[in-house]
Amino acid sequence: MRLLTHNMLACNIKGVTNGYPLRLEAEKWVEKEVDFNADFLRGVFPKIDWPALVGAARALGFHDLLPVDAPDPSVLASDDELLRRFHRALLQLHVEEGGLVCPETSRRFPINKGIPNMLLHEDEV
Amino acid sequence: MPRPEFQAPPEIFYNDSEARKYTTSSRIIEIQSKISERALELLNLPNDGVPCLLLDIGCGSGISGETLSENEHHWIGFDISQSMLDVALEREVEGDLLLADMGQGLGLRPGVIDGAVSISAIQWLCNADKSSHEPIARLKAFFGSLYRCLTRGARAVLQLYSDNVSQSEMIMKAAMRAGFAGGVVVDFPHSTRARKTYLVLTCGSSSMQTSLPKGKGEDRESCSDDDDDDERDVDDKQTVGIYDRHRLSKRMKITKKGKGKAWVIKKKNQLRNKGYSVPPDTKYTARKRKACF
Repeated sequence: MRLLTHNMLACNIKGVTNGYPLRLEAEKWVEKEVDFNADFLRGVFPKIDWPALVGAARALGFHDLLPVDAPDPSVLASDDELLRRFHRALLQLHVEEGGLVCPETSRRFPINKGIPNMLLHEDEV
Repeated sequence: MPRPEFQAPPEIFYNDSEARKYTTSSRIIEIQSKISERALELLNLPNDGVPCLLLDIGCGSGISGETLSENEHHWIGFDISQSMLDVALEREVEGDLLLADMGQGLGLRPGVIDGAVSISAIQWLCNADKSSHEPIARLKAFFGSLYRCLTRGARAVLQLYSDNVSQSEMIMKAAMRAGFAGGVVVDFPHSTRARKTYLVLTCGSSSMQTSLPKGKGEDRESCSDDDDDDERDVDDKQTVGIYDRHRLSKRMKITKKGKGKAWVIKKKNQLRNKGYSVPPDTKYTARKRKACF
């Protein structure tokens, strides 16, 4: 699971109002090379929840990969170095084993072989 | 063969052996990737070369996802069958995979996805496989969450095999209730084999793109069944009855002069409309052979 997907995922349990962001617990992660596409990154930037992305990168041990405060889109257009870091965090880091924890109910969704198990129990639907 | 929906719930039907069968059959792969290409075409994404973030609902072993990757889009795949996802991992698909039940709603943040495709999956929602399953509630949860997670003006193209009319009506109604605009596009409507139904849904701002694309293979001449009906109607109207044995039988009509070029071209058109690959019409079509001695 890439951090891009983690950034989009929210807890789906019935009655949960504040199920975002899911806390990432990473036991194992890998880095895979992905083609760099600046247009996609600029297009997807407004949709990214920056604090959640920074938090997820920290969970993998990358404390200084991204600035804590969300950069301005104009900075992103000119700063190639930042864009490459953003690319690395968003698309190249894959969580292989671990879990996602709902911030409200503390329900844990396990991640096996890179696939988060988001299936809910019958009483959670 | 009975439809898979009637045999077992999806997470049980698509077990290890069935998942492998599904992914090693070249016929299924060909059909699935053709449908995915068509779905991507119907999705009508902006043609500026910028990759989009798409959803693949019921991604299975990632055959449809490969089509999305070939067009350089990033995608997130949902499926309920662990075995199918394991095969997808083996095939090293590029998108991210999630084990989830679409009937429980898609757990995604609102307004982040640029488009959604689903190949042969939605019909599973119409089945109640557990006592807690309520098809209408599951459809509502699915379409509601799909509507929320799409950006305004984004499209969702859902290819489905509905069992009967009331089933597709139920699905359509659920989509409309969730707020989608759109309708059904049917490719090759006159063929039982090549017929494919796509639900093309637009999210919000319906004034922008309400016009539905046209299905393939819709423009065709009336088929032979209709012709026969016409003849019968004429016969009924005749006041003077003719004894059957006095009428020229069909075979006699044909053997007199052969079937002729017009008949061959008509038949070839019928097959084309059904989606078969038919050689083009040339000057050699239905040409009489030389008499050889």
